[in-house]
Amino acid sequence: MSRLIPTEEYNKKPLTRLSRWIKGETDPFSESMEVKKHSDNHPDEKLVRRHKREREVVIEQVYDRSHNRVYKTFNVLFKIVAVLCCLALIAILLVAVSHLPPVGATDNPASNEVVEKYVEDGLQDTGAVNIVTGMILDYRAFDTFGESNVLFIATCTVLLLLHVNKKDHKDLMEEEKSERFFEPKDDSILQKITFWLFPIIVIFGIYVILNGHISPGGGFSGGAIIGAGLILYSNAFGFKKLNRFFTEKTYRYVSFGSLLFYCLAKSYSFYTGANHIESVIPLGTPGAILSSGFILPLNICVGLVVACTMYAFYTLFRKGGF
Amino acid sequence: MLTFQYILLFFLIVCAVAVSFSKNLLSSIIIFMSYSLIMSIIWIMLESPDLAITEAAVGAGVTSLLFFVTLKKIHAMGDKEDKNE
Repeated sequence: MSRLIPTEEYNKKPLTRLSRWIKGETDPFSESMEVKKHSDNHPDEKLVRRHKREREVVIEQVYDRSHNRVYKTFNVLFKIVAVLCCLALIAILLVAVSHLPPVGATDNPASNEVVEKYVEDGLQDTGAVNIVTGMILDYRAFDTFGESNVLFIATCTVLLLLHVNKKDHKDLMEEEKSERFFEPKDDSILQKITFWLFPIIVIFGIYVILNGHISPGGGFSGGAIIGAGLILYSNAFGFKKLNRFFTEKTYRYVSFGSLLFYCLAKSYSFYTGANHIESVIPLGTPGAILSSGFILPLNICVGLVVACTMYAFYTLFRKGGF
Repeated sequence: MLTFQYILLFFLIVCAVAVSFSKNLLSSIIIFMSYSLIMSIIWIMLESPDLAITEAAVGAGVTSLLFFVTLKKIHAMGDKEDKNE
């Protein structure tokens, strides 16, 4: 049994109003929260000029060093106190450094049972030859997840601050079109060098990401290298050419997908680890590319997020959009 | 090797002081880049190549690029243009 509700009643229902508000069709606070325009009152010009003159006179008298003794003493005192503060800070830091234990001593407070556990059982537990990656992406994988989320949130904040809405600012866009959109002036040296260097940079970044569990490197470093390569490419050939394979949609899908996959994979491995269930993913032989369980896909996820974030920062700073 | 490390540390301090004392913002960013490069060599000597790669890519590459773009945004690059404006 379905019955039609009259349109007025339908419009008054809270869910309808909520959905309309979310879609942006209506604004429930449309008339109660507007900023009202100031009434146009033109102040008397003579009065304004007199106020300005008085202000200048006051400023001159306040900042006149030869007559204002308070200002003079404050100036001298400020410099002395600044130098003293600097010296005190340097002394405190030097004293603290001189009390630091030597690097690599066995009785350092840092070398406790945690380090022993990592160094002795790291290869067996994680299957990663590079123990740093084993620590970052296996023992402390949720830390790394938080770091990736911090990068994502930083991009969101930059987007909020620097995004230029193309519909609202058509005139502004046209004004700054020359500066914002076509900044590289077809520099042939830069283009030729980028033509040879860009593939090498990207391949090196991919190598660093994929070999994160075998050799030094990992998701963050490799992603930063790829992001720097993307920035170089966009500098040499312009944003139009880069937009053929990297748009806002790509950024959204890639970063969201890799963060989601990271979260699911790590939740799975923590769930199995906490309940002593055998994980389905084999650790493999240490030293091979396809080994050490989840570390390789997690490295790829972190690398994708970092590369996208680096490029997104650059393009948002540059032209306020993708 | 130890003398090389001392030379690097000396250059590190010189760079750190020069960043704050140079009047031109552009040159201070370039000095900051060289600071990051020296720091990445020191990371390698302290046997942490992971950090060295990240320092070279992020410190010397991306951060300074963002500084350059910010300088361009606030019209602080180049003295001649400023005088004309």
